[in-house]
Formats: sequence, structure tokens, C-alpha cells
Amino acid sequence: MSKEPSPPSAPARKPGSQVIVDTLVEQGVEVMFGYLGGVVLPLFDKLYDSPIRFIIPRHEQGGCHMADAYARATGRVGVVVATSGPGATNLTTGLATAMMDSVPLVALTGQVRTELIGNDAFQEADTTGITRPITKHNVIVKNPAELAPTIREAFYIASTGRPGPVLIDIPVDMQIAEVPVTPPDKVSLPGYRIRTHGHARQISAAARAINEAQRPVLYVGGGVIAAGAAGELRALAKKANLPVTMTLMGLGAFDQTDPASLDMLGMHGTAYANFAVQECDLLIAVGARFDDRVTGQLKTFAPQARVIHIDIDPASISKNVRVEIPVVGSAKDILAELTDAVEPRERAEWFARIAAWKQRHPLQYDRQGSGLKPQYVIEELWRQTDGQATIVTGVGQHQMWTAQFYRFRRPRQFITSGGLGTMGYGLPAAIGAQVARPGELVVDIDGDSSFNMTMNELCTAVQYELPVKVCLINNGYMGMVRQWQELFYGRRYSCSSLKNPDFAKVAEAYGAVGVTVTEKADVPDAVARMLAETRPCVFDFHVDREENVWPMVPAGRSLHEMDGLDIFEMA
Amino acid sequence: MKHIISALVLNKPGVLAHVAGMFAARAFNIDSLAVGRTDDPNLSRMTIVVIGDDRVVEQVRKQLAKIVTIVKVQDFAGQDVVARDLMLITVSCPAEKRPEIQALIEMFMAKVVDIGPKTVMVEVAGPESKIEAFIDSCRPYGIKSMVRTGTVAMARYVRGRATKETNE
Repeated sequence: MSKEPSPPSAPARKPGSQVIVDTLVEQGVEVMFGYLGGVVLPLFDKLYDSPIRFIIPRHEQGGCHMADAYARATGRVGVVVATSGPGATNLTTGLATAMMDSVPLVALTGQVRTELIGNDAFQEADTTGITRPITKHNVIVKNPAELAPTIREAFYIASTGRPGPVLIDIPVDMQIAEVPVTPPDKVSLPGYRIRTHGHARQISAAARAINEAQRPVLYVGGGVIAAGAAGELRALAKKANLPVTMTLMGLGAFDQTDPASLDMLGMHGTAYANFAVQECDLLIAVGARFDDRVTGQLKTFAPQARVIHIDIDPASISKNVRVEIPVVGSAKDILAELTDAVEPRERAEWFARIAAWKQRHPLQYDRQGSGLKPQYVIEELWRQTDGQATIVTGVGQHQMWTAQFYRFRRPRQFITSGGLGTMGYGLPAAIGAQVARPGELVVDIDGDSSFNMTMNELCTAVQYELPVKVCLINNGYMGMVRQWQELFYGRRYSCSSLKNPDFAKVAEAYGAVGVTVTEKADVPDAVARMLAETRPCVFDFHVDREENVWPMVPAGRSLHEMDGLDIFEMA
Repeated sequence: MKHIISALVLNKPGVLAHVAGMFAARAFNIDSLAVGRTDDPNLSRMTIVVIGDDRVVEQVRKQLAKIVTIVKVQDFAGQDVVARDLMLITVSCPAEKRPEIQALIEMFMAKVVDIGPKTVMVEVAGPESKIEAFIDSCRPYGIKSMVRTGTVAMARYVRGRATKETNE
């Protein structure tokens, strides 16, 4: 492109597409995920010789989940690009997934030329309208000079406070138009202020409550991981001698092999976690939001407890459960200050009660029978990886068994769609996590129905030589809904089973390794082989078809009213 | 219970849609919403009347504050405010009824802004109670059509009292 003659003092001019790429590089973006289309051609032309690594999925939803998991694994902002119309609408499930789990994402979508907007143009969709409820913020750029500031704001908004997805809709003429290059200005967002330091008075009140408590419980959610506060959490738990229970999103915030861990609470949480919460006199919630999967019936949730709630999002506080001591701010800062202010306590009686519950109601399944049990596959995986692998899941029974039987030890180790519960998240997320962690073990524990939704991304894994391991828990059903049909609909399995392909053959057709496992005795060797594979692989474990997830708090019941507590007699 | 919330918002496209969408998604009950420019060309002011108890209104305030394009949120609960609604209303007015309708208009300190052969259009401004009372008074004559702006409000100046604001 020839430069127009200009006086030596005039600033250089660049097309919008170059500005976008340069600003992304300035923001530290090393990897992007996304799919081409007509109105993003100018942008992709500039990506062609940029230093940014680009991963192309087989569907924009896959690309969005990849960027999402990349963000969860690294703590950095994930970036996904899609074209206008169907490209953008294909992102919606991925954006909603990121929104519900507070994942920092920047989505760039192409849009038709500004003068065609609102005219039902080819591949036009009201992207900002459609994604407004499922993004933390979104904007359409109508002035090319605003491209760089908008991108900087987007990264800032996505990654600060309670993280979330931000979408920027960029009409194609904005990518083509030339703008003068200006040095970066400070981000100015009058409506967006983050509070990181907790109120001193609230922190003292919380410390006093902890010191006075006889039966305290730390209830920890994904916010602790987002804040990078696992170290501070451990310090507090150890100094004040507090048992720790985690939500699905909080798993990994506290080492589950530590005796103070109560493991997961809630609908499919452990009995000892649920009993502890229902019997506690002080509930210290950190980075969690009292979701309905956790609380059971709200009226009878933690009936004897005073509640402390530490969270960066004031809107989460006192939304579901009335909080006595709210502390708004960053968990990292607040937990550190709290640790200074609390006193050591023995709490022998409380821990003895907890130990008795653990003894009486451990997580159980039929270990003696000859059937291939899903829990067995996961336990074997845990044993052989020493609980250290990066684990990603789809959604359903397999996800719950993973949360129960793979005992997590550090943050950002467990990557799962909690809030939205998106089937099909598993494989693309494993790919994103593998991109984030080259050379490390990444296993997608998936279900057959979930896997069916996005298994075309096997192509992506093969193309980019990402050796993700798909550990398929195959029961030939949409397991979780089948369980509900068994328990509440008289075993009327309406539309809950699919005719599955031979997944091993599918994997091979995609250029991956595929193995089928049907016998319990073959499981340890199969797992070992799967872990040693250097190519992407699918290990299809045909498990007992009607195995259920226990314990279970059915809808409408209190957290302590679990079903399936004594399914198997203790030997 | 009706609560008045005032929000200072960035004057950008999509903000109104965002607020309305958020209210719908969270099943908040809006009685009225009025928005207009301020002396700062970058800012508009939105006045929202919410129906709900204290817990609901607290959530409304916090969810509004979360929106990036909303700069400041004020909850006028328990405060001295000046609240006004403006209505244009066309009332049936045959010739023989004109004097009594005219008397009504004078009593309410309203204004006639248009006259037809059998109708009269009246502009009424004031607190909601005054508007409601005028509507009730017009009903026996026959209301042809009406339009209201919805409530706009500002806090009165009170020495030493701080307003409850949310900047987060």
C-alpha cells in the first residue's frame, strides 16, 4: 500500500485492522482462537504476519470454549474472533458459559459495513443486542479512531473486578479505514470502579466472629481461584484451624488431600461437607455466590450459622442469603488481613464430629462387583496421575463423579462449566488448556452425549498436534437426565439415549488414537496407555449404564436431606 | 411499594436497551422509566420507579451499578425528593360541559394546550398523586387518550444529609 505524500511532522496512519492487531500485541496477547468470514478478512490479513499464534476450531462455539479454558488455565484474558451473523451467533453459548463462570474473555466479531447496519444485510445480526445479557460489557465501534481505546478498555474490564467476557463488534469499514497512530491514553471508565481493599471495620468484625465461633466452616468458590488467593486461604485455614468446603468452581482452591478439606458441598457434594454446613455456627463464604446447586432449600440452609461473605461483587452479597458481615473487595487482600487478625484455636470437638461424619459417610460405589464403574475409571486416573493432571470435563454425571473422585490439589487444575453447565465444553476446553500448558498432561473426562456435541474439534487437536486425552465415560445415555427420569419419572427414559458411533473409529478417522475398553480388568492398563499417548486420543470406556451419582439432594430438599447415603454397606 | 431510583448513565447507544433487558432478565417490576440528557453532553439521567420490597430494590441498585455504562446510582428511599410526572390528556368536552371542565383544569392548575370541537387536550404536571387525581376527575367525562412521561425526581437540598450512592 503506497503511502500518501505527507509533511514529515504528520503522524503515521494505519488501517483499523492493523491497529487492532497492534493493540492486541500491546495487551500481551500471544494466542488467539477464531474462525474466518467475509467481514473479518481485513483483520485476518493483518494476523497473517503478526506474532500472534492462531488456532482455528471447527465451530465458533469450540473456539470460544478454547479461549475460555485458555483463560481459566493461565489467568490471562482469552481472545476469540468470529465473523458477523452466524459466526457471532455461534459464539453465544460460549459467551454465556464464560459469563456464568466469570471468565475473562475478549470476543472480537466482524460486522457488516456501518451504512448497512439495521438493513437485514447479508450475514448481519444484531450481535451487541443478542450478547448484551451474556457479556460483562459490549460495544460496537463506529469510529475507527476508537478501535485502540475500546480494545484497551475491553481487556481492562474483562480482567478486573469480577472477570467476565467483553465483546467488541467491528464493522468491516472500520477495519479498512485509516487512522492516525496515537500513543496510548489511560483507560477512563467513569462507570466502572473496582474496590479491592475490604473495609477495616468489616474485617475486624469478621475476625471477631471467627475467634468466637465454635463450629466454623470456610465455604470457598471460584472467586478465590480468580483472585489468586489459594495461598492466603491456606494461611487463614491453618492459623484459625478451619475446615474448608468448596463449590464445583472452587475445587483446587484448597488441597483436597489435606485432612481439613471437606471436599465439595451441595447437590452432589459429600455428606460430611453438607452436614458440616448445616450444623455450623459460622459460615465464612469467600468468592462464592450461594448458588442453588449448593444451598438446597434456601429457607433451611445453614440454619444455625452467622454468615460472613467476602466477595468482589457487591451484587452477589445478600442476593440469596442474608449476610451478617459482608466484606466487599479482593479475596487476596481480605484473606491476608483476616489472617493477621484471627487467633489460633484448636476446635478439637468440631473436628472430631467432622471426622465421625467422614468415617460414617465416605463417597462410595460398588467396588467389589465385576461391572466397569465410572467412578473406578476416575479413581484409577487420579492414582496414576498422583492427582496432578489438568482435568477438564463436559457436563453431567461424569462431571459430578470427577468432582467427587478426582481429588484436586491446586488452583486452575480443574476446568469445568459450572454455572451454565454446557454440554460439549469438554473437548474444546481441553484443547484450550493444552495450548495454555504445552507439554503438560491434560485429560478431558467426558460423557458420550456431551462429547457428541463438539467432537468435531478432534480435528483441531490433530491439526495443531495437541495431545489431549479424552477419557470417555460412555453409558449410552444422557446420564444425568436419565438419573432424574429414574428417580422422579418412574424410569420413563424419554429421549435420553442416543445411538452412539464407535468412538474409537471416529477418533481414528480424525487422525487421533482411538481405543475401546469394555472390561474392568483392562482399566489400569488402558489408563496408563492413555496417559503415555503422545498424540490426541479417545479412550472409550463402556461403563455400567445405569450407575447413579450419590449422594443427592433432590430439588426442594434441605442440604442435609441427602438420598443415597448408605447405598453400599461399609465392609 | 414504589421506590424511585435515579441513575446517571453514559449517553451512548444501547444503554437504555441494557437497562431494560437487565430488568426483564431479572424479573424486576418497572412502574416507569424516564431518560433524558443532562447539561453534560456525555451523560443522561434515568429515573426508574421500581415496585418491590427493600430486598428487591437493593438488588436493583446493585445490578444497575454493575453495568459499565452506568456511572452513578442513587436510591431515593427515605429521602426528601421532588418527584414530578407530566401528562397530556384528551378529554371529551361537548360545548355545554366546557365551563365545568374549565373549572376542573383551573383547580388543578393545569393548562389547556389544544381544543377540538368536542375535545380538549390538557397538560398536567405534578406529583403522581395530582396526576392520578386529575385522571379520576376526568373519567366521568370520557378520556379519549393520554400519555405520561413517568416520574422524574431529584433530592431536595437538606443541610448535612448525604444521599445513598453506589459508585461500584
